[in-house]
Amino acid sequence: MSRHVLSLLVEDKPGILTRVAALFARRGFNIESLAVGTTEVEGLSRITVVVGVEGAPLEQVTKQLNKLINVIKVVELEADQAVQRDHMLIKVRTDASTRSAVLEAVTLFRARVIDVVSDALIIEVTGDTAKCAAFIKVLEPFGIKELVQSGVLAMGRGSKSITEKVLK
Amino acid sequence: MSNEVLTGAAAIIRSLEMLGIEHVFGLPGGAILPTYDPLMDSKKIRHILVRHEQGAGHAAEGYASASGRLGVCIATSGPGATNLVTAIADAYMDSVPLLAITGQVGSKLIGTDAFQEADIVGITMPITKHSFLVTKASDIPETIAAAVMIATTGRPGPVLVDITKDAQQGLAEFVWPPKVDLPGYKPVTKPHGKQIQAAAQMIVEAKKPVLYVGGGVVRAGAHKELLKLAELIGAPVVTTLMARGAFPDSHKQNLGMPGMHGTVPAVTALQKSDLLITLGARFDDRVTGDVKSFAPGAKVIHVDIDPAEIGKIRFADVPIVGDAKEVITELNAELPAAMKANKIDIAEWWSFIDGLVNRYPLGYTKADDGKLSPQLVIERIGELSGPEAIFAAGVGQHQMWSAQFIKYERPNSWLNSGGAGTMGYSVPAAMGAKVGQPDRLVWAIDGDGCFQMTNQELATCAINNIPIKVAIINNSSLGMVRQWQTLFYNERYSNTDLHTGTDALMIPDFVKLAEAYGCLAIRVEKEEDIDKAIKLAIETNDRPVVIDFIVSRDAMVWPMVAAGLSNDEVQYARDAAPIWDGVE
Repeated sequence: MSRHVLSLLVEDKPGILTRVAALFARRGFNIESLAVGTTEVEGLSRITVVVGVEGAPLEQVTKQLNKLINVIKVVELEADQAVQRDHMLIKVRTDASTRSAVLEAVTLFRARVIDVVSDALIIEVTGDTAKCAAFIKVLEPFGIKELVQSGVLAMGRGSKSITEKVLK
Repeated sequence: MSNEVLTGAAAIIRSLEMLGIEHVFGLPGGAILPTYDPLMDSKKIRHILVRHEQGAGHAAEGYASASGRLGVCIATSGPGATNLVTAIADAYMDSVPLLAITGQVGSKLIGTDAFQEADIVGITMPITKHSFLVTKASDIPETIAAAVMIATTGRPGPVLVDITKDAQQGLAEFVWPPKVDLPGYKPVTKPHGKQIQAAAQMIVEAKKPVLYVGGGVVRAGAHKELLKLAELIGAPVVTTLMARGAFPDSHKQNLGMPGMHGTVPAVTALQKSDLLITLGARFDDRVTGDVKSFAPGAKVIHVDIDPAEIGKIRFADVPIVGDAKEVITELNAELPAAMKANKIDIAEWWSFIDGLVNRYPLGYTKADDGKLSPQLVIERIGELSGPEAIFAAGVGQHQMWSAQFIKYERPNSWLNSGGAGTMGYSVPAAMGAKVGQPDRLVWAIDGDGCFQMTNQELATCAINNIPIKVAIINNSSLGMVRQWQTLFYNERYSNTDLHTGTDALMIPDFVKLAEAYGCLAIRVEKEEDIDKAIKLAIETNDRPVVIDFIVSRDAMVWPMVAAGLSNDEVQYARDAAPIWDGVE
């Protein structure tokens, strides 16, 4: 299975997320992660989808996405020409004996502690998928009580913008 | 610029009028009631009250397919809307331009499981080209205009507009033309020049080219351009189930229909070809059989208005995105120069194909159980009705025989449910076709199974003076399913007997049923009565006509490529069914 990051520029209309997500299911493609939010342009949203592709070519899903009326643009962001970030919140069990070790890991991974109670910490970390996975591995022995993460966010490198052509 | 203030309901009707809509098929109910009030006063729109919303949907499809114009249907919320679903799915599969307008419960009631509430926008998302939910009166003109634009341009298809009751009752300024803003919708109709050149080059170099013509040519109205192209190249032409009539059957280059029940020459020509000139066709599994072994030696030029169809099933060596009419026109302009440099030489190819045509003409074995041969009945209907007639079939054996044994000379004369395979399509589609093309003779060629799904629209036809002719090819069973049971299930006829034959329970008696609906009803059991009945039906125009043709249930559709097999395994049976190897 190959993994691709797609960036979709869409009209901010009701049901657009359903249309996009259902299309993946209907055409037999796997969504690994999904992130949705508004953009710098009013009325336009951006959906970042990480899709696992097996069998049918990715081209088929991008063509089908382009057929959705509310989808304005579909771009595949290749790993070497785009930056990708995951965002995670992790609640880790800590006590007096483990806290300093956990804080050391936080420093090493350039993560941040954003909430502290006597027996737990909430840590925020951003980075690419591999870094976040590595960080989790380090924290696991201490006891991860809760974990929540955003879908991958991605943006093409350089000065060009995905909305540029659309706005003309 | 008019700034009249209208109710949303009046704005719906006015918008439809402004868009040139003349006929709508529908059935009112609570949530669409406000719209039915101004509809009553419209001088421009004729509303035809159906007996079931599915009938409205198929009628709108038949209207569109016969006339090339947009079909419109209207229903209320909840069950009214869900009854449209089959027709919408059908239109989606066959790229029929269809506008479905549904009433919705008041916007404040949405999500409360209100009476007759159904999320029809959600339900129809996978089977519409697009759908809209309108909750404000002021959004109505723009939405209707956008819906019509989407339904009728690019690859045509169904669009649903769901309008809440309060939006219909609200007031808003009616501004026309409205501003339609669809930044994500820009269908490409003009082909890329380089691709046209590449295609022309490939065509002149081919030794065994075939024009593989699909329904897109009919939808694009590109039949004249196609005729020119075909004669320019001189290659054989195959017309798929959706494209029957796109190229005249009387033309010597036409090999007929390819696919599961295609002619042996059409199926074989595709298989042995070295170049498929694919025009508005989509490599449906019923055409290709086993895809891996389909036309193994062929390069592919694939012309389609929908980029997603290109490369979906079969790799395209020369992909061309564009409207069939524009693409073929450009090909016709490009080819002469390429042909000067490289003369097309396909004489050897034709001698092979002519051999097939001579050895394997379409034919059938006459029934020997004293009942009529269904193929003969259908053939006679075609011959006596002439090339301008319209034929709307149901789904099953009679559909295949109608595609095979009626000779089509023009597009928009053959209507059927090709992609979805919707039993019950025929009667309402014929009704819609007759409304759209009142001067043409319109036949519904139906099966006894199909007919029982939507025959209530005979009431609509009788009351509204829509004199269609219905030929029931009555074999007292679900014939195509029975054929598969004969071939693949050891003649175990599980639940395919419908008891409608004259030697069965005869429930229902189609003659009595048709008479109850105010139709002229005729039963034909003898071969010598076939022509007489057809002629009487053609002459009778003061009411619909239903002919109950009692046919043999053992008649089978041949040739046949069994599901999933390679087209190399096509079975041709004229004098006897071939011995089957028990392949499923």
